[in-house]
Amino acid sequence: MMPWRRKSRLKPNPPPIEPLLPLAVIWLLVTLAMAVAPHTGELPIWLTLLFYALIGLRGFIATRNRSLPPRWLLLPLALLVGAGVMIEYRTLLGRDAGIALLTAMTACKLLETRGLRDGLVLVFLGYLLVMSNLLYSQEILMVAWLFAVVVVMLAAQTLIYRQHAGLTALAPVRLAGKMVVQAIPMMLILFVLFPRIPGPLWGLPKDAHQGRTGLSEEMSPGSVSELSKSDAVAFRVRFVGPPPPPKQLYWRGPVLWNFDGRKWTRHEELPAKTPVAFTPEGPAVEYAVIMEPSNRRWLLALDLPASLPPRTGMTPSFQLLRDQPVNEVYRYEVRSYPSYRTGELTTLERSRVLRLPGRGNSRARELAAQWREHDPQPEALINAALTLFREQAFYYTLTPPLLGANSVDDFLFRTRQGFCEHYASAFVFLMRAAGVPARIVTGYQGGERNAIGDYLIVRQADAHAWAEVWLPERGWVRVDPTAAVAPNRIQDGLYAAVADPGSLPFLLRRGGHSEWLRQLALSWDSLNNSWNEWVLAYGPDRQKELLSGLGFGPVDWGEMTVAMVVALSGFGLIFAGLRWRSQFSRDPVARSWQRFCARLARRGLARSPHEGPLAFVERVAVQRPELATLAQEIGRLYSALRYGPVTTPAAVRRLQRLTRRFRA
Amino acid sequence: MGQGLRQRFESWVMRRHPPASEPVALIRRRLYILPTRYGYAFAALLFLLFLWAVNYSNSMGFAFTFLLAAVALNSMWRAHDNLLGLVIHPGVAEPVFVGQEAQFSYRLDHPGTAPRYGIALQWQDRPPQYVDVPAQGSATITLSIPAERRGRLQPGPIRVLTRFPLGLLQAWSWVNFERGGLAYPRPRGRRPLPASLPGGSGSGLGEQGLGSEDYAGFRSYAPGDSPRRIAWKAATRGGPLLVKRFTDQARPELWLDWRLLGIDNVEPRLEQLCQWVLQADSAGFQYGLWLPNLKIPPAIGVGHRRRCLEALALFRL
Repeated sequence: MMPWRRKSRLKPNPPPIEPLLPLAVIWLLVTLAMAVAPHTGELPIWLTLLFYALIGLRGFIATRNRSLPPRWLLLPLALLVGAGVMIEYRTLLGRDAGIALLTAMTACKLLETRGLRDGLVLVFLGYLLVMSNLLYSQEILMVAWLFAVVVVMLAAQTLIYRQHAGLTALAPVRLAGKMVVQAIPMMLILFVLFPRIPGPLWGLPKDAHQGRTGLSEEMSPGSVSELSKSDAVAFRVRFVGPPPPPKQLYWRGPVLWNFDGRKWTRHEELPAKTPVAFTPEGPAVEYAVIMEPSNRRWLLALDLPASLPPRTGMTPSFQLLRDQPVNEVYRYEVRSYPSYRTGELTTLERSRVLRLPGRGNSRARELAAQWREHDPQPEALINAALTLFREQAFYYTLTPPLLGANSVDDFLFRTRQGFCEHYASAFVFLMRAAGVPARIVTGYQGGERNAIGDYLIVRQADAHAWAEVWLPERGWVRVDPTAAVAPNRIQDGLYAAVADPGSLPFLLRRGGHSEWLRQLALSWDSLNNSWNEWVLAYGPDRQKELLSGLGFGPVDWGEMTVAMVVALSGFGLIFAGLRWRSQFSRDPVARSWQRFCARLARRGLARSPHEGPLAFVERVAVQRPELATLAQEIGRLYSALRYGPVTTPAAVRRLQRLTRRFRA
Repeated sequence: MGQGLRQRFESWVMRRHPPASEPVALIRRRLYILPTRYGYAFAALLFLLFLWAVNYSNSMGFAFTFLLAAVALNSMWRAHDNLLGLVIHPGVAEPVFVGQEAQFSYRLDHPGTAPRYGIALQWQDRPPQYVDVPAQGSATITLSIPAERRGRLQPGPIRVLTRFPLGLLQAWSWVNFERGGLAYPRPRGRRPLPASLPGGSGSGLGEQGLGSEDYAGFRSYAPGDSPRRIAWKAATRGGPLLVKRFTDQARPELWLDWRLLGIDNVEPRLEQLCQWVLQADSAGFQYGLWLPNLKIPPAIGVGHRRRCLEALALFRL
């Protein structure tokens, strides 16, 4: 229209799009399909279908050389998909919604992928998708899969800048694989030494760590038996010495004080930065716990813990509380004393552990009053309750009948079938009604020994609730009413104790035809435990421990940075050295020529950088006529080998021989 | 500021590597490397991934972030090595007219044993031209370089670059060759071809215009002359090849004379002369070129045409 205008513009027109090769597009599609595959469980089905449909469509366009859909279609499509995600999740800000949106926008981006720039944008989105998978699982299989995804993604990325095809299908993967393998040492250095900051840096979306099962901070009938359906691992334990007997394996979790007639809840206690004092009566047990993410602050420890892991406090009821919820695989070390004697109760505490709701459960109260009339000694009252459970027709079952408003009465006098929470709740109620200070302790009991890795697996199904009563002289004493009903539960675990073991998850069953499968599962678990302990649990605390363990003493992040820089430079030097050597062995021609030039340089005849080989030997011939013949021949040979059409091994050998003979 | 810095850097580089007459091997000290804008974007992405890993206390997230960082670093020396050792030969181009683009072909030789991918040559801000160079082989890249002035056409510094393998970093070098192409004047002007020239010319055959099929002496051979006209007998006695001339030739002969265009400036004159040369050549006339310092006797053929155009291109340069 106005060509002169165009010409007078200072800036040239933007360069035309450099188009992506169809091959690069195909590779990008494959890798993105791989990256989204693990998400298919979480994404809404329509989004999964849309994503793979668009992958297929883009592949079709690339292979058949069709044109892309018009640009005006993209904005409505993106808005529509965004609205779909919004309707599905009712937000765009959560973890799940965010990842759905990322997937959706990647799918839309596919339809406008034309040039190199778009290709790189897709690769970047792919890296984000890889990361998003890690938020759901960091297990070995997932990590192995994502590793493969990263290699293929890098292969696709290298293809973006390859202009010619004419290569075997595996060449890009081989290159990417080489790059990754060479990158691993540096990754390890960074992984071990990069100063870790305990997260999170700011508030996370509400669903950031959703989907974790586990103990909660309250207990109502059915809440613990619900957990028995899950064979998910809660934590694993490695003992320093021999493990204590099963009857001592009470893993202390939340301690519940308040009862509203149906539900037990915690009362707010401030954790102290030092262990709460008590009198040990017997040897200590030392162990490391490798905890699965629970999204809760408490850490499990054997009754009673006497040491504190880093960043952790202890409440007056001997409960370990970390300053942040456990959202990563976390390893900590604790020392416990299975036999102990604790101190006095304060008046306030005493009133708390005796408090009952004003009304309800009147028959239980009557019963307690009867016992108290008969013998007010706490020991006698405890025995009375345990005898009741032991001698009357009480059953230990995973599927107890529902209880009414007066849950304790209902259980004690009508249904008489219950899981540990029913027994603990009824017991503590009776004790308080009889005037004995008592509280509920929830946590886990027992665990399965894995002989292959020599550690203990504690599953969600091992969740348990028991009681603690306070006795003068002895302090808090653990009483497990479940043991009165089902002694096997404590000695041999859930499978041996419940009346209906068929409803237990597979990994909790024992014996039978599938025992070999269970053994296989244990081997796999052992591998997972090592992975958890050595890789996933490597966080800020472990990092400090490790460096202190290496003899550096306590380290701060500044010293850690120094260590990292030193390690990286050392690695860099080694790497550079290796490259230098291989460079020389690779190019004998350059090596010979450099030797020749170096010898002349020592005699004051240095080649200037812009001087070509022929010009240089001419100068040599003029300044040192006695060297002329040999130098000229070397120069001719070198430039023939370097710039000539063909290189023969004989000529290379001749050059080597001549330069070796050359003495300036 | 940035522009000025860049210019200063480039002129520093040019001083480091003055124009070369021989092929240039890309040695270490010629190579430069910097992140591309995708490299900076990638750094931002890494930072994002790092924050993500911190916030979610995600151990494998850290590992992934660090792996990508290490791979990016690895790609740095790969980009550098991708150029290292390549040998760039001086570009060759056919002459063009001002206003056209000369096609400079550069040969890239690679003595090493692994192929080099995604190598590009770039002239000024034009889009880079990519090529793959096979192991112990060579490849050719053709650059279009506009001819803006008549005379020797020097492309100046050419950027050799690669973004392979990941596109995050660009390694580059400048090569600058003495050898260039030639730009003829732009053929332009409305004057008709001079029909014939009145007296004073030296060779004097044109104005005779007599007889037919009469032998009219010899002139020296020029490429494009028919072999049948060559005086083979004379050639056997040694000396330069001669061509027999006949006055019966249908081709009229004319002089394209500088002086005919006396009123114009130098460049328009040359443009008009260039236009005439092309017209006369395509019409099949025998034509001579008369410049103040040079006189090319009338002849025909490709070689003659080229000689005339070269004379115009290099006039007073």
